Amino acid sequence: MRRRSTSVVRESVRLLQRVGEYAAACVPFACVAMALFVARDVAASPMPPAAENLRLEDAPDDAGGVLVVFWKTPDPAASAGVVIERSLTAAERAKNANELWIEVERLGRDAVAGVDGSYVLKGVPSDEDTRVRVSILGTDGELSEFVESAPARPEVSLFAFKRLPLLLTVIVVSLSVLVWVALARSGRPLKIRRIAALDAVDEAVGRATEMGRAVLFVPGIQDMNDIQTIAGLTILGRVAQTAAEYDARLEVPTCRSIVMTAAREQVQAAHHAAGRPETYAEGNINYITDEQFGYVAYLSGHMMREKPAACFYMGAFYAESLVLAENGNSIGAIQIAGTAEPSQLPFFVAACDYTLIGEEFFAASAYLSGERDQLGSIKGQDVGKAFAIGAILIGTALATIAALNEGGSLGMWAGSAVASMRGFFGG
Amino acid sequence: MKQRNEQLPPGIRGFLIRMGQIDRRWIYLAVAVAIAAPMLARLRFPEVPGRMAQATFDAIESIPPGSRVLIAYDFDPASAAELEPMANAVLHHCASKGHRIALMALWPLGKQLADDAIRDILLEYHPEKVEGVDYVQLGFKTGNEGVIKLMSTSIAEAYAADASGKPITQIPLLEGVRTIGDFQLIASISAGTPGAQQWVQYGDSAMPDAFKFVAGTTGVQSSQLLPYYPKQMEGMLIAIKGAAEYEMLVTEKYPVTRSADRLALGRERMGPQFVAHLLLIGLIVLGNVSMLAARGWKGAAR
Amino acid sequence: MLQRTIPLLILSASGLILILSYFSPITETWSEQVVSWFNILAGVAFVLGAGNLLAVNLEKISSKRPGWAYSAITLVSFGAMLVVGLSKWGAVPDAKHPDVHLAGSQDSTQAGYGWAYEYVLSPLTATMFALLAFYVASAAFRAFRAKNFEAILLLGTAFIILLVQIAAGAFLTNWIPEDSFFAFLRAESLKAIVTEVFQTAGMRAILIGIALGTAATSLRLILGIDRSALSKG
Repeated sequence: MRRRSTSVVRESVRLLQRVGEYAAACVPFACVAMALFVARDVAASPMPPAAENLRLEDAPDDAGGVLVVFWKTPDPAASAGVVIERSLTAAERAKNANELWIEVERLGRDAVAGVDGSYVLKGVPSDEDTRVRVSILGTDGELSEFVESAPARPEVSLFAFKRLPLLLTVIVVSLSVLVWVALARSGRPLKIRRIAALDAVDEAVGRATEMGRAVLFVPGIQDMNDIQTIAGLTILGRVAQTAAEYDARLEVPTCRSIVMTAAREQVQAAHHAAGRPETYAEGNINYITDEQFGYVAYLSGHMMREKPAACFYMGAFYAESLVLAENGNSIGAIQIAGTAEPSQLPFFVAACDYTLIGEEFFAASAYLSGERDQLGSIKGQDVGKAFAIGAILIGTALATIAALNEGGSLGMWAGSAVASMRGFFGG
Repeated sequence: MKQRNEQLPPGIRGFLIRMGQIDRRWIYLAVAVAIAAPMLARLRFPEVPGRMAQATFDAIESIPPGSRVLIAYDFDPASAAELEPMANAVLHHCASKGHRIALMALWPLGKQLADDAIRDILLEYHPEKVEGVDYVQLGFKTGNEGVIKLMSTSIAEAYAADASGKPITQIPLLEGVRTIGDFQLIASISAGTPGAQQWVQYGDSAMPDAFKFVAGTTGVQSSQLLPYYPKQMEGMLIAIKGAAEYEMLVTEKYPVTRSADRLALGRERMGPQFVAHLLLIGLIVLGNVSMLAARGWKGAAR
Repeated sequence: MLQRTIPLLILSASGLILILSYFSPITETWSEQVVSWFNILAGVAFVLGAGNLLAVNLEKISSKRPGWAYSAITLVSFGAMLVVGLSKWGAVPDAKHPDVHLAGSQDSTQAGYGWAYEYVLSPLTATMFALLAFYVASAAFRAFRAKNFEAILLLGTAFIILLVQIAAGAFLTNWIPEDSFFAFLRAESLKAIVTEVFQTAGMRAILIGIALGTAATSLRLILGIDRSALSKG
């Protein structure tokens, strides 16, 4: 047994010696092959040229924390991408003293397709300097030398200049509103067209009184931070005053707690204004639930059981609009709706007797108040609309000229004018 | 024209007039049958992909594999019947293309729908996908459009951790991701507010051109979003029809070997829609015929 | 005086800050503060709402008004969800703090709250939404009548959209060659014309009107020209 194992060991050693001799003989050949291979590789893919004109600048018009990296790619055809690294922040250096740079992004071919490249670096601390370094990635995966930028810090802008056109628009609209308010105060006659839906309020409440049934007012499903809810509650004031004068029962189920409180204030004030404070019943204005369809389920059931003679839907509505309007229709109620949710307008128009469409809904508050100041503001709003119509007409005319006279001097002028308009309006 | 009415036998005229005042409960019954019958019979019709479905497909195809995609489940079970098929198809498309996917929800119940999609689509058809590397579930965050606004300045402030509580700094997929601008594409499957419109208003406008944006919407909401196509939104899937068309495109390019029922929901649901639309057309014709029978052509044209 | 002046000042200041923060990045954090204040107020106001819900329904039950049983169901459901939610009954233990029960998650259906959300609220919500199909049919039957020229236009558009949204549209119009003069009558072209031309144009007009209306209303409120939304006391 021992003799057999000794011979196996001896044979193994001999075999290894033989392999070693062959290997030693192959080494010079291998070295030559490797040298040739490396030489060929180096000749085929030289290191790509490094990025040029590297700049690191603060991004304009922002709340800080953002820098923009700009560079030039010397040979876009030979570049496959770019690697961007930034210097470590003080906090990062405290954790990892051995590193100086951290890779931020490895961008693909798109980033070096042209000579000019840029990258937005976000989340940069504003209380210390930051540097970046950039390396161009060659088509064979070779990296160029890193080029380092000068240090920069992000700054908080005082004013967002990119929003200047919008600010100018806001100023024009606001000034026109204010000018018309002033004109109205000075006694200038104002002609506001009649809004049938609001004129029908008396009819609806009167009918409910005659039938001895309630008036239902739904102020939408959004909270008080939605301007539509505020507009709805303003109309509630008028409906409540008419109801108080007629001694009709007004019910206001709400979807939000704050809306309930605000609605109570409105209705109470309306009863005071009508000279009937004793008829105000707080219990008719209740909070139901925040849950959209839970609220709709309550309203549907309530409408089928109580059969109110007049239903008002004034505020922000979504999928529930048709459910409410169809239920109201099935019980034969007079229905008046108002919303600025464009997608729900068709449903209200189809199923209600009157609908306040978009801006009419917002104008209702001023219309109902009858105050000259407020009516003047509607006129001012019309100036804004004229501004929009003018811009649309001019833009359409210019775009048409540009299309009809493509290549001609007039067409090119019109095209550049359209581009300027697009730039101004952010289109 | 008046003679025409007089030519109608009084019995038929009376019947037509009565049909115009048919009790709405009969209509409800007809709708129930029109929806249930094709659903039970699993009726399917061929779909031809439209421009918007194609644009959505192209947007997801155009970004390179490995890109980061954020899918926002901005809907709840109420609208899942309409939106789930497109959400499934978008998820399958992104996973098949090799994108790295983050899921989130601006609606409370959207998170559970995203969980279901991970289980039924991602892990069912792409079992090799690894959580944290290939996909991450960020979950629901309260704050509506405020969340989008926050994510456009710092995702870490909106989501300190993913839905399972793992800090996002430890999630490989989100390495180097600071804002929504670090995603190459964002898809909002949206049933209302907050949804696609808010992504455009607060996300896209905060960093225009930083990412591609596509949306899937309900039919009702689509009219509100159309003005944003194609500038702010590169693609848009509208209702079941859009989902069915998009499903066709996705499953043709990326077929699945296992049962593909969940990737055919859109086409399956077009069956009930087909019959229901025909019923609606029939009802409208009936209503008008009845009106004509009652008033005559002259009366109708006034 | 105080009931009107102070709210008006708060309203004006908040409104101006929100506008300012849009144009001046340096004030962005101010607007975040204002929004946070509203969220806090809304959170506190929820207590008011819950109190009102209890009062109304308890009153209904005690006076045995018609439908009082619904009130009882409402209160039982409200109480049950409150207890289950606050006690985190069945919550899945948190990975980091497995011993702290209240740190657990209620998202999954293992937790009572998650179960109720998934198996009670979700189906109920979906059911309510599904009712729309029935209401749409009955509203269409009633509203789409060719009473005048505008109604005929509406009716025609409805027909086109109803047809092109299903395979029947393509089936009926696919025989028209794509390169012919009448190609615009093919289903997909008709749909594009209606939705992307007429509908988008109309919608943009409505949106511009709404935007101007919102701006003017906000201005009236901020400047105190319209005080109808404030307390009258």
